[in-house]
Amino acid sequence: MKELIVHTGGLSTTVQDAGRDGHYALGIPPSGAMDQYSLRVANLLVGNDERAAALEATYIGPRVEFTDDRVCAVTGADVPVSLNGDPVESWRALPVRAGDVLSIFSPVTGGARPYLAVSGGIGVPEYLGSRSTYTLTGIGGFEGRKLADGDRLPLGDAAGARAAGREVPEELHPALPEMPEIRTVIGLCSYRLTSAALDSFLGTPWRVTKDADRIGYRIRGGSLDFVEREQPHGAGSDPANVVDLGYPVGSIQVPGGDEPIVLLNDAVTGGGYATVGTVISVDRDRMAQTKTGDHIQFVRTDLEGALAARRERSERLQRVRELLGA
Amino acid sequence: MVPTEVTLPQARYEFGADEYVFVEIDQAMSLEANFKAMAITSALREKKIDGVVDICPSNASYMIRVDPDRLHPMDLVNELRAIEEAGTGLSADQALATRVVDVPVLYNDPWTRETLLRFRDRHQDPDATDLEYAARINGFDGVEPLITALSGAPYIVTMIGFVPGLPFSYQMVPRDRQIEVPKYVRPRTDTPERSFGYGGAFAVVYPVRGAGGYQLFGIAPAPVFDLSQRLPDFASGIVFPRPGDILRYRAIDMTEYEELRAEVEAGTFEYRTRDVEFRPSEFLNDPDAVNRDLLEVLYQ
Repeated sequence: MKELIVHTGGLSTTVQDAGRDGHYALGIPPSGAMDQYSLRVANLLVGNDERAAALEATYIGPRVEFTDDRVCAVTGADVPVSLNGDPVESWRALPVRAGDVLSIFSPVTGGARPYLAVSGGIGVPEYLGSRSTYTLTGIGGFEGRKLADGDRLPLGDAAGARAAGREVPEELHPALPEMPEIRTVIGLCSYRLTSAALDSFLGTPWRVTKDADRIGYRIRGGSLDFVEREQPHGAGSDPANVVDLGYPVGSIQVPGGDEPIVLLNDAVTGGGYATVGTVISVDRDRMAQTKTGDHIQFVRTDLEGALAARRERSERLQRVRELLGA
Repeated sequence: MVPTEVTLPQARYEFGADEYVFVEIDQAMSLEANFKAMAITSALREKKIDGVVDICPSNASYMIRVDPDRLHPMDLVNELRAIEEAGTGLSADQALATRVVDVPVLYNDPWTRETLLRFRDRHQDPDATDLEYAARINGFDGVEPLITALSGAPYIVTMIGFVPGLPFSYQMVPRDRQIEVPKYVRPRTDTPERSFGYGGAFAVVYPVRGAGGYQLFGIAPAPVFDLSQRLPDFASGIVFPRPGDILRYRAIDMTEYEELRAEVEAGTFEYRTRDVEFRPSEFLNDPDAVNRDLLEVLYQ
């Protein structure tokens, strides 16, 4: 059996791929890698399909032992990586042999989430078309949960693995700025906010609180006023209440007005708090690399801006593919 | 009985950035708005348009997830407007083939009480329980008459979501008898699995333990979500409720709760379910008579 032996699981490491699409209407969010760009590059580096399952760590990564010859790569957050105790580079294909131990053990120095791809991919069974873990309900991944010390992860067939030594130059790594700008399409129920509150929402540097995980990020830093109204039937009397509706992934809800919540890959699919806008899909990658205590700034864009950013990310990925001969 | 007359406004189309289109049929809840959301999303489903990833009808709105690399979100909006303008109104004799289901609930239970007491700092009324608060703001003379009203008339499932299998359920009574409560000022970070919650005009059973903003009124002995698919009701899928289901949240006592929990643990529990034809127009004309018939069919 070709496996990855988990010596230590890290703080919160899960199996994630490109995501589980098509089940939102049942209340099943897409899950999948929070930073899709880093996942895809990691897979390309080791010769996998770029949507293959890899490991996503948060803050403190895992230490794993290989049981056969593979190629692996670490991308995403800036984090010291070592192979058998010796430092090795991220964003580079690393050849490994049976008995080698890779450690992403030290805390991140920039960003929040490192990714580890292994040639052949993490071979846990697919559930509803994806290997991604959704821990809230125990769906998918390795037993539906984060990794624990002693786990043995099945690996896929690595026959297609490419030669090691290839790397992705720094210009194609994601930027990890001090205070990332998070481009957002304002709308949904933004009519619930006063225009001063909307300005304040966009003008405030918001701080990521300790309640920040794959479900959503609670942020603090400002207070937002709602337009006064007689509440519509069925919504509930609190000014933040609306008749329960669907929440897009990336949407920002404002319960109470002083603690917005940015919903992410494992988010609830609907609910009854006013949502005031949606982070564009590309900048969910940026959100994924922010951590507790970091500040973020929302910047207004529109549908065309969101689509342009999407094209730009596709072009960067295409450059990576060409560079790696994928 | 005066029927509830609802004239729906023009639908409002919004982009949830590049991957979602959100359409608000009405800011207020009504069965008319819900039936329209169901009708438009059904019509879209039949068109099988490439690039449509998810079709999610919700209470008085609906949401579509789109792959913008295959379908421009603006083209999807044009398609949806065309469906809306083609008129998908509710015809008087339209019948919905659905089922009526007995859902036992232990109201005012010790488990949700313990939880709600832990989150008083996020609540509108820190000195009362959620049931006491709801009874007061809805004009009931205490908790017991509120429970009688909650368990008296059935509910229709108008949306599935939040987490897998959570049924948003709208009580089938005229507006002047609808119970309404706000959601928590800030959502809780914890809710017991199978909690019976209430927010706005919607009752829910929480499928799993986790965050939640609804007032906590009780707990159901039986699950609405079963990943292991161990119970017979889950043989064909991990979630039990379906949009359009008619649920009766029947009040039970601790003895029955414990008996039903034992059945769930033993893997023998099955929901009492009857197939029915539900005619929205008949219901809107005489809700009490239709509800009487539905409950008679359920318990005969």
